[in-house]
Amino acid sequence: MSFIDIEKNWYPEGVTRCGLGKFMGWLGFLGVIALFGLIAMLVCFYYGLGVTGLDNYFGFGLWITFDLAVIALGAGAFFTGLIRYIIGVDELKNIINLTVIKGFICYSGAMLILSLDVGQPIRSWFGYWHPNVHSMLTEVIFCITCYLMVLIIEYVPLILEQKQLNKIPFLHNLAHQMHVVMPLFAGIGAFLSTFHQGSLGGMYGVMFARPYAFREGFFIWPWTFFLFVLSAISSGPCLTVLICGFMEKLSGRKLTTYRIKSLMAKIGGTMLLIYMVFKYLDTWAWINGVLPRAGLTFDQMFYGLVYGKWLFFTEIVLCLPVPVIFLLTPLRKKPAFMYTGAILACLGVIINRYVFTVQALAQPVLPFTKWVVYSPNWAEWATSGMVIAYGFIIMSLSYRYLPIFPQEVGLNKK
Amino acid sequence: MSGHSFKEFPITWGMVIDIDKCTGCGACMASCQTENNVNPQPEATNKLRSTSWMLVYELTNDKAFPDHDVAFLPRPCQQCGNPPCVSVCPVVATDKNEDGGIVSQIYPRCIGCRYCVAACPYHVRYFGWYDPIWPEGMTKTLSPLTSVRPRGVVEKCTFCHHRWNLAKDAARAAGKDPEDLEDGAYVTACVQNCPSGALSFGDLKNPKHKVHELIKSPYAFRLLERLGTKPQVYYISRREWVRKLGDNYLKSEKTE
Ligand code: SF4
Repeated sequence: MSFIDIEKNWYPEGVTRCGLGKFMGWLGFLGVIALFGLIAMLVCFYYGLGVTGLDNYFGFGLWITFDLAVIALGAGAFFTGLIRYIIGVDELKNIINLTVIKGFICYSGAMLILSLDVGQPIRSWFGYWHPNVHSMLTEVIFCITCYLMVLIIEYVPLILEQKQLNKIPFLHNLAHQMHVVMPLFAGIGAFLSTFHQGSLGGMYGVMFARPYAFREGFFIWPWTFFLFVLSAISSGPCLTVLICGFMEKLSGRKLTTYRIKSLMAKIGGTMLLIYMVFKYLDTWAWINGVLPRAGLTFDQMFYGLVYGKWLFFTEIVLCLPVPVIFLLTPLRKKPAFMYTGAILACLGVIINRYVFTVQALAQPVLPFTKWVVYSPNWAEWATSGMVIAYGFIIMSLSYRYLPIFPQEVGLNKK
Repeated sequence: MSGHSFKEFPITWGMVIDIDKCTGCGACMASCQTENNVNPQPEATNKLRSTSWMLVYELTNDKAFPDHDVAFLPRPCQQCGNPPCVSVCPVVATDKNEDGGIVSQIYPRCIGCRYCVAACPYHVRYFGWYDPIWPEGMTKTLSPLTSVRPRGVVEKCTFCHHRWNLAKDAARAAGKDPEDLEDGAYVTACVQNCPSGALSFGDLKNPKHKVHELIKSPYAFRLLERLGTKPQVYYISRREWVRKLGDNYLKSEKTE
């Protein structure tokens, strides 16, 4: 039997996949991007962060923006898990595997970038060994690690279900046992991830001397803690829908019913509506409370193109009410509206993470300083591209060899 | 602005900078660089990458001649009473303790996450972007009293903390109380080398120290005071526009 035939035996039961040559070409293309990023990563490790576009004004830049956005968009995993296992919406079993893989990719990718973004990567473990319990970043470090472990635990049984692996009795039983305890991990994952998303928001909200980001507190958390959780659980399901749609387009096969995608979009839309209400309240309180007390005005928060007001209005107007309407009304039945709504919801969260990371630092608090423009350089873009390519590679391999979509066989019967 | 509580210490080292006396000569910057072993920067034209624990800003009232006026504002670490940088550090590499209220920075502990850089509104924290390299022969100028920092950690002004230790040792040797130093027994390098006498240093709580009086001046103010960082560095200026510029006054607000 030739290798091409053997490879066909690895596919999930009853499905067809594109030719091996084509697949290898695709992987090769992604591999080149990943390799370029890997080289950039090694350059960063060897020469230090001086090779990046970061500076003493912008300690946080593209990497942190990328991290925060990716983590927010990856939130579909914990939230869908919560709804499927804890609240018991059984229909979501048809898309849950996809969300788990997406979550795994997003979180592991974020960890990769984080390890790059510290000046002393070899000391990263100090975060566990000498933790400062008052620091939101400590909470981030602990939650992101624990949650990544949970995601691995959720991903492993999926891998074990691969046709050939599953023939081995031990692995078969292991996968089964792991499935039995999965609701427990879904619960732990939901708890960890909620705190993690929140503490990422809290990281900014507690910077009380940075009026762009600072927010009032609710218990020990600033408002941003809750806003980040809400924005993550609204955009997370939307990205899952987008990925699913994209995979269907790319493979030319139906992977889930429109009903499931529409359900996910509705969940995302509902969360987005709740987020919108709080985000509006927050923005109002920020403009009328935080800013005047700091001796600053709304207009002073914006500058030029990259820090312009257009970002603010795109996030607050275009990327909130519009997708809410698209996702929560009968318009959702039309794919064009559903996908546009999902794209806008994701775009909104990306802008939000960007302005909190970069604009918050660029805004001159010292009255005699000026706006400074930050532009990421090749090393930052290349490594971020690497993580995206890595995500595509994991997703492509998973799609090809693992039974991710329970409905695929049924939907594609000739 | 913040709801954080801040700790009080019996000894509170502070600096008072008279802006009207400062000529912007930069002697404070140069003495700080040498005293604290800040290596010569490979690319010092990039002001966003170079390291100056002490930096002199030029302020202007933005008016045309003949009303045009400038002022110079030296800026060390403000040693905030309620430091935004300390609570955010995930590994307790920076701390504010009873050590005269000086905000410390433990280089071997720092992981280089730069969260403190983001949190400090005064831009006093500097990250080591490159390996510190001294040109041939220049290592002889290194001071044995301050550690050199490796690449990848955050550093900042420490009020020449090592000088305090020396002053305490000298007091002990002379049979005096090291916890009650005389005015001038411990001063930072920048204060010592300021040719115009614009900088003063001492224990803000000790009535025997000049700074204790100086900060009571009606012309004294602190940078970004309303944000609630409670700096231990005070500025003095008899010019209203300078004082106004120090704290983001809205056009509608009055200073006096
Ligand atoms: S000036 Fe900046 S570095 Fe110094 S104590 Fe205040 S916040 Fe921290």
